[in-house]
Amino acid sequence: MRAPLPAPTLAELSTALEEGRHSAAGLKQAALDRIAALDGELNAVIRTTPERAAAAAAASDARRERGERLGPLDGVPVLVKGLIGMAGVETDGASKILAGYRPPYDATAVARLEAAGAVIVGQTNLDELGMGSATVFSAHGACANPWDPERTPGGSSGGSAAAVAAGYAPLALGTDTGGSIRQPAALCGVAGLKPSYGRVSRRGLFAFASSLDQIGPMAPRVADLVPLFRSIAGGDPLDATCRELPVPEAADCAPSELAGLTIGLPAAARGEGVDSEVIARLDAAVAFFEGTGARVREVELPHAELGVACYYVLAPAEASSNLSRYDGVRFGRRAQGVTSLGELYARSRSEGFGPEVQRRILLGTFVLSSGYYEAYYGTAQRVRGLIARDFEAAFAQVDLILTPTSPTPAWRRDEKQDDPLAMYLADVFTIPASLAGLPALSLPAGFTAAGLPVGLQLVAPAFQEARLLSVGSAFEDAHDFAGLAPVGEEA
Amino acid sequence: MLERWEPVIGLEVHVQLSTRSKIFCGCSTAFGAPANSHTCPTCLGLPGALPVFNLRVAEMAAALGLALGCEVRERSVWARKNYFYADLPKGYQISQFAEPICEHGALRFFVDGDEGEEVRVAEASIVRIHMEEDAGKSVHDGGGGHSRVDLNRAGVPLLEVVSAPDLRSPEEAAGYLKALRSIVRYLGISDGNMQEGSLRCDANVSLRPRGERALGTRAEVKNLNSFRFVAKAITHEILRQAELLEEGGVVEQETRLYDSERDETRTMRSKEEAEDYRYFPDPDLPPLHLDAALLERARARLTELPVQRAERWVAEHGLSVEDARTLSNERGVAEYFEAAVQAFDGPGAVPAKWIVGEVLRELGERNASIEALGLAPDRLAELMALVEADTISSSAGKQVFAALLGNEKRPRELVAELGLEQVSDSGALEAVVAQVIRDFPDQAATYRGGKKGILAFLMGQVMKASGGKANPKLASEALRQKLEEE
Repeated sequence: MRAPLPAPTLAELSTALEEGRHSAAGLKQAALDRIAALDGELNAVIRTTPERAAAAAAASDARRERGERLGPLDGVPVLVKGLIGMAGVETDGASKILAGYRPPYDATAVARLEAAGAVIVGQTNLDELGMGSATVFSAHGACANPWDPERTPGGSSGGSAAAVAAGYAPLALGTDTGGSIRQPAALCGVAGLKPSYGRVSRRGLFAFASSLDQIGPMAPRVADLVPLFRSIAGGDPLDATCRELPVPEAADCAPSELAGLTIGLPAAARGEGVDSEVIARLDAAVAFFEGTGARVREVELPHAELGVACYYVLAPAEASSNLSRYDGVRFGRRAQGVTSLGELYARSRSEGFGPEVQRRILLGTFVLSSGYYEAYYGTAQRVRGLIARDFEAAFAQVDLILTPTSPTPAWRRDEKQDDPLAMYLADVFTIPASLAGLPALSLPAGFTAAGLPVGLQLVAPAFQEARLLSVGSAFEDAHDFAGLAPVGEEA
Repeated sequence: MLERWEPVIGLEVHVQLSTRSKIFCGCSTAFGAPANSHTCPTCLGLPGALPVFNLRVAEMAAALGLALGCEVRERSVWARKNYFYADLPKGYQISQFAEPICEHGALRFFVDGDEGEEVRVAEASIVRIHMEEDAGKSVHDGGGGHSRVDLNRAGVPLLEVVSAPDLRSPEEAAGYLKALRSIVRYLGISDGNMQEGSLRCDANVSLRPRGERALGTRAEVKNLNSFRFVAKAITHEILRQAELLEEGGVVEQETRLYDSERDETRTMRSKEEAEDYRYFPDPDLPPLHLDAALLERARARLTELPVQRAERWVAEHGLSVEDARTLSNERGVAEYFEAAVQAFDGPGAVPAKWIVGEVLRELGERNASIEALGLAPDRLAELMALVEADTISSSAGKQVFAALLGNEKRPRELVAELGLEQVSDSGALEAVVAQVIRDFPDQAATYRGGKKGILAFLMGQVMKASGGKANPKLASEALRQKLEEE
C-alpha cells in the first residue's frame, strides 16, 4: 500500500495559494473528494462540513483577490477531531450519548483556526470521548491505519492521524490526554505535538481528564505543525488553566543546529516490552544525533514506570466526574419510557456510553469513593508529583528526552481489543510527560521491515515547544521519512 | 425531660452573595427572570465549557471571614462535590472541601431570655467558611407528569458558614442566625432575605446527658427558611430525640426534612443511604491565591459589627441591651444613631430613646429604610435638645418630629410655626394655675384634704388651659405651691 507519493505539504499548498495556482475553494473540494474516495475503507472521518468549509474557503479566496492574506493557514483545509465542539455542527465525541448534540459555541481552538483563515472540512474519528488507544471504541465504527487497513491507527486521535497520513488534508487537530496525539501519530507515520498543559485553551474540548487534556496539531511533517500550533496557542479568558504566556515565534521553531544539544535517553526506552524494530529506529536516531555533534546520555526517570498505573487512577477519576453531565436531562440521548429520575440517569447512561467509557467511569467512581480515595487517588497524586520532579531533575542535565512514542508499531485491529491492560501499556512512553504537563512531540523515524511506521518521542521542559519543533524539524530535514505516503493515485 | 438532656446544636448556613454576575461565568444573578434566560454554556454544564472564577466572590468571602475573626487562607482549593440531580447541570457542584478560604472564627450574638430574663450575649465558634456555586431549581408543578428545571440560579455564588456545635437552645440558634444575617447585610455582601432563599439554614442537633462532654448522635435538619422555623424545627427535633432517649431508644444519624405546614421533621435519608460525594480537587480551576489588593478591598468593607457595637453602647451610653440590640441590627440605623449621638450634646440614652421610640416606629409603619426617612440626624439632635432644654414639652416634641419628616425645615422654625414653645414664665404660669384652682374648687379642696393623687387631674387642666404649652415641671411646682399656700 505504501507508495512514494507525497501528499502536498502545507508549505506547497500555502505557496500555491499565494501564487494563485490553487484556490481555497479548490483545495477544499480536493480534500472532500479525497475523503469521499478513500474513507469508505479508512473510516477516519465522522462527518464532513461542506457548507462551513465552502463559506470559509470563499472568504479566503475573497481575501486573496483583495490582496490580503491572514498567514500560512489561510485557505488551507484542516480536519478537527470530533471531540472539539463546533457551533451548530453535530459534535458527538463518537459517543451515542451525544447523538444529535450541536454545541451552541465554537471551541476556542476552532475559532482561532478559522480566524487564521483555515478551512475546516470535517471531523475525524476517535475512541469514544477520547478514551482508548486504537480508535476502536467509536460509535461510528473502528478506524483503519492507512499503511495497513488490517491494523489500528492508534488512538484516541486515530482518525486525525489516519486522515493526514492518507493526505485528506495537510493538517488536523487532535487531543492528547495520555498520548492520544503522539501514539496514533507514531503508528500512522505522521508528526504530532502535545503542547504543554496550559498552552492551548481547552474551552470547547469535551473534557475527558481535565488536568491532562490538551489540543494539539498533527501533520505529515514536523515543520507543518508550527503554524497550526502557533494559531491555537495562547491564553484564553474562558479557560482558567490556560496560561497567558507569549506564543513562540515561527523563527524559534525553525530547524536548528543540533551540535551542543544534550539529549537524555532513559534506560526504559530500550527496555522490556519494546519491539526490536522500534529499538532499531531509536538506535538509528541516537546515531544520527551523535553524528551531528549532539550529546546523548542516559537519564534516570525512576518513577516513570509508575506512570501507567498512576494515569489509570487519575484519568478515570476525573472522567467519572466530567462525564456526569451526560445524564440525559439537558442534551444528547435520553432513555425513553422511564418512570423515575434515577432510572432516567441509569438507562440513558447505560444505553449511551460504550464499554471502555463505562469501564473508566466505574474505575474512577471507585477510586474517588470515600473509603478508597486516599489509597488510590491520593497515592496517585503523590506519584504524579514524583514523576514531575524526576523530569525537573533530568532537565537540569539535558535539553530534551528521547524515547519511542509507542513500544510497538501498529498492531492488528483484532488484537488487544479484549485486553484493556495490554491496550493501556501502549501508552507507557507517552503518559509520564502528560502527568508532568510537559510538551512532547512524536516524529516519524522510519519504518519496520514490514513497512509500518515507527515514531519517536521528544519531551521538553514546560512551555519549550519551540525547542521540540526546531530539533524535530532538523531531524526531519535530514531524513526522508515524511516524504512517503501510504495511499494515493500514482503520479 | 430536658433537665436531664442537654441539646447540642451546630448550624450550616448558606449565604447567597449579592454579586451582579455568577461565580464561574458572566451570567446575571438577578432574581425573578424568565426561566433559563440567565444561562450560558458554563452554567448549563455543556460539554467543553469551563468555569472561570469571579474574584468578587473571594473578596466578599474574605470580608466575612475577617469580620468573624477567621484565618483567611492566602491559598485555597476548589473541589468537586459529585452527585446526580436534575437541577445540578454538571453532575457535580464546585465547592471547597479540604482547604476552604476561611477557618477558625467566632460569632457573637444576642439571645432572647426566657420569660422575665434579659437579652444576653453569647458566642459560637466558626469552623469554616467556604465558597461554592448554587444549583438550579426543579419545578414539579409543570403538569403532564413532567418536572421542569430552571437553571437561572445555577452558579449563583454562595458562602457556607459552618459553626461548631456550640449552640445550646433553639433561641441561641435563632440568635446566631439573626446576628449572621445582620453582619452580611452590614458588609453589603448579601441581602440576607430568607424568603427569597438568600439565607438558608441546616441544623445539626444532638442531645447528651447534662454534664457529659462527649457528643451524642446527631440528626441533620434541612430546609429551614425562616427564623421562626429554625427555632421551631430545632425545638421539635430536641423533643423528638429526648422522648426517644427517655424511652431507651437510640438516635439514628440521618438527614431529616422540616415540614413547616405540619410542624414536624421527618426522615429524608439515613446514614446507610448517605451520599458519597467523592470530593476531589477541581482540575478545571487552579488553586485560588488571594493577593494584597483583594484583601485590601475585603478589608475596606469591614466595619464594627452589630453585637460589638451594641456592647460598646451599653458601656459608653448606658443603653439597655434590648435597646442596643434594636439599634445595632441594621447598619443604617446604627450609623444614624451614632451620628445623632455625635450631633447631640447630652447622654446617648436620649437619642436611643427617640430612635427606638419614634424613628423605628415611623420606619415600621412606612416599611422604609432609614435613608428614606428624610430626617438627618443633626435635625433630630436639634429637636432632642429643644425637648431636653424644656423649650418644648415632650408631647410637643412628637408633633415637631412628625412635622420634620419629608422637609428641610429646622426644628426651631417648626416650633415657632406651630406655636409650641413651652411657657416657662413664672408669672404666666401662676396666672394659669390660679385660674384652674378657681375653676375646680372641689378638686382643690380634695387635694388640700390630703388626697394628693388629684394633682394629676389638676395638672391636666393646667396643660389644657395653656394649650399644651405650659412647662410641665414648672407648672406642677407652681400648682403644688399654690394649693399648699392657700
